[in-house]
Amino acid sequence: MTEKQGLYDPAYEHDACGIGFVAHIHGVRSRDVVEKSLELLRNLSHRSAVAADACTGDGAGILLQIPHLFLRRVCAPIDISLPDAGSYGVGMVFLPTRPADRAACERIVESIVADEGCSVLGWRDVPVDDEVLSGPTRRGRPAMRQIFVARMGVGRDLDPNYSFEVTLYVIRRRIETALRDIPSGRDCYVASFSSRTIVYKGMLRPAQLTPFYADLRETDLTSAIALVHSRFSTNTFPSWRLAHPYRFLCHNGEINTLRGNLTWMRVREGIMSSSRFGARLAEMVPVCGENQSDSASLDNALELLTLAGRPLAHAMAMLVPEAWEGHGTMSVERKAFYEYHASLMEPWDGPAAVAFTDGRQVAAMLDRNGLRPARYVVTADDFVVLSSEAGALPIAVENIRAKGRLEPGKMLVVNTTQGRILDDEAIKMELASVRPYRRWVAEQRIDLETLVAVESAPREYLAPLTIRQRAFGYSTDELKMVIGPMADAGEEPAGSMGNDTPLAVLSKRPQLLSSYFRQMFAQVTNPAIDPIREQLVMSLAMNLGPQCNLLEETAEHAKQIRIAQPILTEQDIDALRGVTDPSLRATTLPALFPVGGGIEALETAVEELCRRASSAIAEGYGVLILSDRETDSDLAPIPSPLAMSAVHHHLIREGLRWRVSLVAESGEAREVSHMALLIAYGASAVHPYLALESVTALARPEAAGDKPHGDAAQHRYVKALGKGLLKIMSKMGISTLQSYCGAQLWEAVGLDASLVDRHFPGTPSRVGGIDMDLIAEETLRRHSSAFEDDLVAPRLDAGGEYQYRAQGEHHNWNPMTIAKLQHATRGDSYSTFKEFSALVNHETRQQSTLRGLLDFVARDPIPLDQVEPASAITRRFCTGAMSFGSLSAEAHETLAIAMNRLGGRSNSGEGGEDPARFGTERNSAIKQVASARFGVTAEYIVSAKELQIKISQGAKPGEGGQLPGHKVDAIIARTRHSVPGVTLISPPPHHDIYSIEDLAQLIYDLKAIAPKAAVSVKLVSEAGVGTIAAGVAKARADLILISGDSGGTGASPLSSIMRAGSPWELGLAETQQTLVINGLRGRVRLQTDGQLKTGRDVIVAAMLGADEFGFATAPLIVEGCVMMRKCHLNTCPVGIATQDPELRARFAGQPEHVVNYFFFVAEEVRELMARLGVRTMDEIIGRTDFLRTLPSPAHAKSGTLDLSALLHLAMPASRTHPDRVTRHHVRLRLNDSGQEGGLNHILLDRAQSALDRGERIKEIFPITNADRAVGATLSGEIARRFGSAGLPDDSINVRFTGSAGQSFGAFAARGLSLDLEGEANDYVGKGLSGGRLIIRHPRSAQFIADQTVLVGNTALYGATSGEAYIAGVAGERFAVRNSGAIAVVEGVGDHGCEYMTGGTVVVLGRTGRNFAAGMSGGIAFVLDEFGELEQQCNAGMVELAPVSVSAERDLLRRLVEQHARFTGSARAKRELGQWDRSLRNFVAVVPTEYRKALQRQSDGAAASTGARRGLVIGEARRG
Amino acid sequence: MADPKAFLTLRRATPDRVAVEERVRHWGEFYRPAPESAVRTQASRCMDCGVPFCQGDTGCPVHNIIPEWNGLVQRGDWREALESLHATNNFPELTGRLCPAPCESACVLGLVNEPVTIRHIEQTIADRGFAEGWVVPRPPRRASGSRVAVIGSGPAGLAAAQQLRRSGHDVVVFEKNERAGGLLRYGIPEFKLEKSVLDLRLDQLVAEGVQFRTGVDVGEDITVEELRAEFDAVCVAAGAGSPRDLDVPGRELDGIHLAMDFLTAQNRLLAGDPIVGGHIDARDRRVMIIGGGDTGSDCAGTCVRQGAKSVRQFELLPAPPHARAESTPWPLWPMQLRTSHAHEEGCDRDWSVATTAFSGANGRVERIHAVRLERKVFADGHTDFARIAASEFELEADLVLLAMGFTGPVKSKLLVDLAVELDGRGTIATDSAHRTNAPGVFAAGDARRGASLIVWAIREGRDAAESIDRWLRAPKTGN
Repeated sequence: MTEKQGLYDPAYEHDACGIGFVAHIHGVRSRDVVEKSLELLRNLSHRSAVAADACTGDGAGILLQIPHLFLRRVCAPIDISLPDAGSYGVGMVFLPTRPADRAACERIVESIVADEGCSVLGWRDVPVDDEVLSGPTRRGRPAMRQIFVARMGVGRDLDPNYSFEVTLYVIRRRIETALRDIPSGRDCYVASFSSRTIVYKGMLRPAQLTPFYADLRETDLTSAIALVHSRFSTNTFPSWRLAHPYRFLCHNGEINTLRGNLTWMRVREGIMSSSRFGARLAEMVPVCGENQSDSASLDNALELLTLAGRPLAHAMAMLVPEAWEGHGTMSVERKAFYEYHASLMEPWDGPAAVAFTDGRQVAAMLDRNGLRPARYVVTADDFVVLSSEAGALPIAVENIRAKGRLEPGKMLVVNTTQGRILDDEAIKMELASVRPYRRWVAEQRIDLETLVAVESAPREYLAPLTIRQRAFGYSTDELKMVIGPMADAGEEPAGSMGNDTPLAVLSKRPQLLSSYFRQMFAQVTNPAIDPIREQLVMSLAMNLGPQCNLLEETAEHAKQIRIAQPILTEQDIDALRGVTDPSLRATTLPALFPVGGGIEALETAVEELCRRASSAIAEGYGVLILSDRETDSDLAPIPSPLAMSAVHHHLIREGLRWRVSLVAESGEAREVSHMALLIAYGASAVHPYLALESVTALARPEAAGDKPHGDAAQHRYVKALGKGLLKIMSKMGISTLQSYCGAQLWEAVGLDASLVDRHFPGTPSRVGGIDMDLIAEETLRRHSSAFEDDLVAPRLDAGGEYQYRAQGEHHNWNPMTIAKLQHATRGDSYSTFKEFSALVNHETRQQSTLRGLLDFVARDPIPLDQVEPASAITRRFCTGAMSFGSLSAEAHETLAIAMNRLGGRSNSGEGGEDPARFGTERNSAIKQVASARFGVTAEYIVSAKELQIKISQGAKPGEGGQLPGHKVDAIIARTRHSVPGVTLISPPPHHDIYSIEDLAQLIYDLKAIAPKAAVSVKLVSEAGVGTIAAGVAKARADLILISGDSGGTGASPLSSIMRAGSPWELGLAETQQTLVINGLRGRVRLQTDGQLKTGRDVIVAAMLGADEFGFATAPLIVEGCVMMRKCHLNTCPVGIATQDPELRARFAGQPEHVVNYFFFVAEEVRELMARLGVRTMDEIIGRTDFLRTLPSPAHAKSGTLDLSALLHLAMPASRTHPDRVTRHHVRLRLNDSGQEGGLNHILLDRAQSALDRGERIKEIFPITNADRAVGATLSGEIARRFGSAGLPDDSINVRFTGSAGQSFGAFAARGLSLDLEGEANDYVGKGLSGGRLIIRHPRSAQFIADQTVLVGNTALYGATSGEAYIAGVAGERFAVRNSGAIAVVEGVGDHGCEYMTGGTVVVLGRTGRNFAAGMSGGIAFVLDEFGELEQQCNAGMVELAPVSVSAERDLLRRLVEQHARFTGSARAKRELGQWDRSLRNFVAVVPTEYRKALQRQSDGAAASTGARRGLVIGEARRG
Repeated sequence: MADPKAFLTLRRATPDRVAVEERVRHWGEFYRPAPESAVRTQASRCMDCGVPFCQGDTGCPVHNIIPEWNGLVQRGDWREALESLHATNNFPELTGRLCPAPCESACVLGLVNEPVTIRHIEQTIADRGFAEGWVVPRPPRRASGSRVAVIGSGPAGLAAAQQLRRSGHDVVVFEKNERAGGLLRYGIPEFKLEKSVLDLRLDQLVAEGVQFRTGVDVGEDITVEELRAEFDAVCVAAGAGSPRDLDVPGRELDGIHLAMDFLTAQNRLLAGDPIVGGHIDARDRRVMIIGGGDTGSDCAGTCVRQGAKSVRQFELLPAPPHARAESTPWPLWPMQLRTSHAHEEGCDRDWSVATTAFSGANGRVERIHAVRLERKVFADGHTDFARIAASEFELEADLVLLAMGFTGPVKSKLLVDLAVELDGRGTIATDSAHRTNAPGVFAAGDARRGASLIVWAIREGRDAAESIDRWLRAPKTGN
């Protein structure tokens, strides 16, 4: 693995992949199982990735039962005589290649084996073939040897029941520990060490596995169970050990909560004991190693729980529990099982499809969100095959007894010793009945809400509220913009136009310690969650009190205080203090330091606080409240994140952390992000007493008017915090607060590394910053401004963070800079522009940005006329993604025209684009593909030069958005394929990108439809973004945009604008370094954006690695924006961010002004290049050696920064000479799409006569899961030639038989009919654009068609028009974001019709949970035979009604008839045969808002038929 | 917030002025009181901008947090609005009456509509504060033990004095006239600022412990040495009282007066104070005012009220456009024609005119001689005004008031003895912290900045006070 260097840290690496298993139900070992699993693995090749050399794989492997007969045969000639099967263990060991090192390691291994009372039977060299490996892989390959170990009676001092597997585990763990301590041991790795299973894996492509390991080709190597895995890693130096399977599992997905899980595992080790391990347990810790992948850690935890005695399924249900908290129909026993285990362990949360085995049982499960696919088949000859994709292992239809898919949170177990398959219900029922969990919980658990608070006297303070607020840095700005609105509305307030204030460490004003932290968020490798629409998976509940032994189960384990959410009111904290149970008693520790003690007093006080925490634990308290409430003129508060994290980590180090829960009683905490930070660093609950008091003061009955006051206001404030916390967690893809607690998902920007190591260990802090002294100084400045200033009329500071205030925080966009830029561009005055840029560059250097701290290395200048022309530079400029909808048509088109004129590129944003603009000067060269897919039609896609997949945006990374109905006028509705007046929701994640290999698939889809367009991926800067970018490059993107945290023109929650993401300088530099190190830089162009304004900004960005540059705020200012920051209110007075016709009339921007601006910037770039002696931009890209840190800092705080990591000049691993680095940086080529010669191209060839001459054609092809995005290329060609009108219905009719790969029928255009007999995987009909899809089970299928899964997850995502007839069951998220397609299906999984805004869906069968969540348009008819729909439906936005309108009845019947005709569906025929009865069972699901909007339309229309009918029928016809 | 689109539907409205014929019959202020609801409605037009340009570099010099108190007024929280206003501005009742309101010309609403009536809202808040008794003395909580002399009791001196006093220092304000107030009392006509308003504020300062020594000309009546002995720091806020004169034939004739002498005489007359050099009365006179600025306009209003036969004003520059000139785009202070109340009351203006001479009989002025000007581009590219050939003309005038601005502070004995350096413009040179070259001597207001707005004087006074306070509290090492 490459070492940490510059901003690159291998710890950020992610992986995801394809998984599968093949097993014989009765445990019959065969060669067949092995070969089938290897075939399955090869067919998942497209879910893995290869490195820059196009040869090295990311990893592949197989886990098998010990092949005893084979091993005995091969061991005999080398004089190893194996005893009976099961009585010896095999270790698969990776060893150093140097003989001396290897011998040293082997000696250690052997001595430990002997020490554990076993004997070494011998070593065997595993035969491998290096020829299949690429050069670098070959060089890095370890030696592979198998060690054979026999048991010799019962081990010393061990439980007599101690099984051999436990012994082997102990041996392996000791080997790992011992080898860690010797230098040559670092290259050692024990892939497996068991008497039951063995693992063959490596840094291979799936197809290389068998050629590499000769053993796997041996016909007597057999097994009844085989687990396989193909890996897609974001890094390109995946080491041999990171391949899956691990000893028990293989995993597709990512554990987002890993940091917290590891921490809590360490904590629990303090009280872990097990009779199986006895005293040996102490040697087994830490259970989960550091510096390994999330999957490896999960494997470690599973292994421990299983070996300590829990059944395999029980252990997994504990580790990755399903969403039980809000489950309406789950049995109470099962809920009690989960509730009980919540006291023992927090969920390991994140996207996960896990296949696992102990060698006897083999099983698989999905996480609570079900974000990874898993399909299985049970065959008539007793095999079970599970895989990430259906059809990966071809199975004759006649042999299929049943097919299925794993559903969210569900498990499937094959018990090969008992010869049976257990479904989820059976497994969980069994688990829940093993112990009296329900009684235990009922008897032991204390619910805080049920406690009667002790009556406490009102608190008295010496100092008035304002003084205390000043001591904690409150500002009027904050009260007005943040706290007040939360108390009014119960929601986090929104803001607009990004953040142009300095980083905390660059601010001249004292900043709260919280402000030095930035939230991390999920991008690409795992999805954010929608905490509103998918609330059923979310939970804010926490348990307070000591934890018990993880490896046992007693009633005592349940003895904890449960709180429904973590924000405690005055009554709550009093109740908590009133708990009398001895082990749950709370005590309060003052988190204060004496003002008189000066700066040193803070450190001393933190140490003292930690000591007191230890002694409170010794006294038996179970809850510690860290409180700064006694702040007064002599005592200043220890910043609460510092107090919390210091105590948390102190107690972890002391091994005491399990004995208490920590609660923050903080005057500092008031924003959502403050609460989240405290919880992320160990707090189980927060009592923000001063914020609550401020709310009460703000909402005095006399001042509040009709707004809530008193308790009601506090209640709303607490509610807003809860919602905000859910949002912050869900941004990281985390569902439960319990998992977020201690997860430390924050990055420090501007904190000293040693401070972080001491008190916030594990937190990234990459540019250094302030230490204790300056933290104390800032705290004391606040304190003295409150208690010492002789203010005769104390008031709060203006603040000025959210709105410019002359006396407040600095803003880069201020009256002067805005005015100068407008004057310069309108008056076409370069000299005024120079005044502007001088002002900006001066400010930037003085106080606001990291780039401001950089200076250019002096070089010999050249004359200006030798520098490349401005037109060569403006080609590198883009405008930011701002949707039509957020911007007015005038503002949007003005940017497009300007950018087209100057050779740059404008960006459509995510709101679609009026087709009238395609091909004209008003066309946006960049078309965005965002999570809502508004108007993303085939025609839209093919009109782009660049397709930008927006993963995150700077203002609100990891969040979705909402365009309120009142902003959706007729034109916007048309562009977005929706109905005027109906709210449009953008989901937080792309529902076709839950993982890196999903992104690769979307890129593949886009390249299939638009082969000539570049595909870019927009990421937001955060620690680790470089590694994500490397993965994106490997996923074949052409361009990667690293967006800074500060930009952002749209509306977002204020806490996201201010507190999420990091500056682009960091993200860009990290990306550049990571790509160069991985040899991937030449494959992609890099772009950056985020408050770029001047030529200097451009040059610095180029030197840090950018090829291209994005601007958004500045061109808007040029258009007339005056930073009202009211974009979210539709009241923009200059007609930019509004749809109000009266306001739009005031728009005064002109393309010429924008053109002027970009040429001014380019001119300034040229001047700087001349000064630096370079002729072309290419010469400076990535040249951090042209930059240096400014010698003299503007103030004490900024002087503490160390930007050397930013300026690290990375070298490709294969190169050592710096001269070659620069060339390497700029070698650009479009990534191969990897799809030449596939089915798509054959289709295109065959369709020529239809395209050229309008002939009707029919074709038939076989299809496999490797044929992906079938139909897309042809659809692109149709759209290019004929636009959205397409070809006449059914012009091109293609039939397929087999298992279709992902994205079957993606973007299928009008005139194209795709008819599939077989099955399909995920993303069927993604972005359907008028085509017709017909999918049905094979005619000869033996299983029950209408109850068997036929298509995978997320079918018809973002479909805009067309038809789909699916004669079987679809997976989760059917028709998500459908805005116009018609679909008939015979059953859907969870979240069906989510966010739908148009179209018609008929479900002839059952729906999963959360049906119609966030559905604001269109209509769904569900055949609700069992009366379940009401329970399953998310009623937030829809109404359920019988199908009573005759137009609806007609439509429904016609669609069912068509379904029967196209697919031959037995189900449809049956229903048609008893239509009147069926009709009574149908329920119409209609969004409330939509119905009203249609009502308005129909009221407006003269036609008597009614608009709803007209619209619905119209849609049907259009299809 | 109430209606976020109020700015679109509500029109700007300022209070009515009393009809000309009525208002010129007395010396009092002449705006009709606006009902509270009307002021609140006007405040609701404020857009609460993300970047309030009213506060910016081209907006309010004291950085009044205008959107904040607009919001408070809109909600009817007048008292909190007063607190907010007082936090940045010591004398909003003065700026509310007298400020030309650069905040309004920078108001973002002005881009697309008419700006918010910021100045009138400010005045209303301040007047209401006095009326309700909310303007109370706020003496310091602790005494610092330091003593500061403030020289001059104009707005800069008063602001500095109040800020310094509130920081705990002993403050003595020296004023050479018999009453405190400087230009506010003697320069500003009663109809623009009733002196009772000023007196209320002075009462507050006195109650807070600011001491006034009036009728003392520092440098003359007490020496600089005595001053230095008694005080730890000195703040010179003596104004820029040195007028620009007109050096043309006939200047020596009777009936030609400096504007400030004229205005002072009237103010003294109304106050019942003795008038040095006698009263200057425009009754029945044909008055010619040279200079088109605010002082000229004040003279015009005064003349009208005194009963002048005619009032006419000359301005050197050409008439500005009626709307904002292109050369001064928003949010800059616009070059544009401003018509004051005096022009309504009967004062003619003549633009691009240079006065060439006065003539008269019996040593008294009867006639003014002038020539018209045009802008001309010279061969080297620079532009200047040039006389138009054969455009000479003359008018009858028996009272001429010279209102052509000020050149800087009077070069008094005080300045000489303090040995403070002046800058190129003749004003007191200081660093950015208002420190002069003389140890412990600071300067503020017109004396430092040159003649400017009251609001700038207040800002100067506040800034200087802050510097002085910091200097007094810092450990002393030399200066």
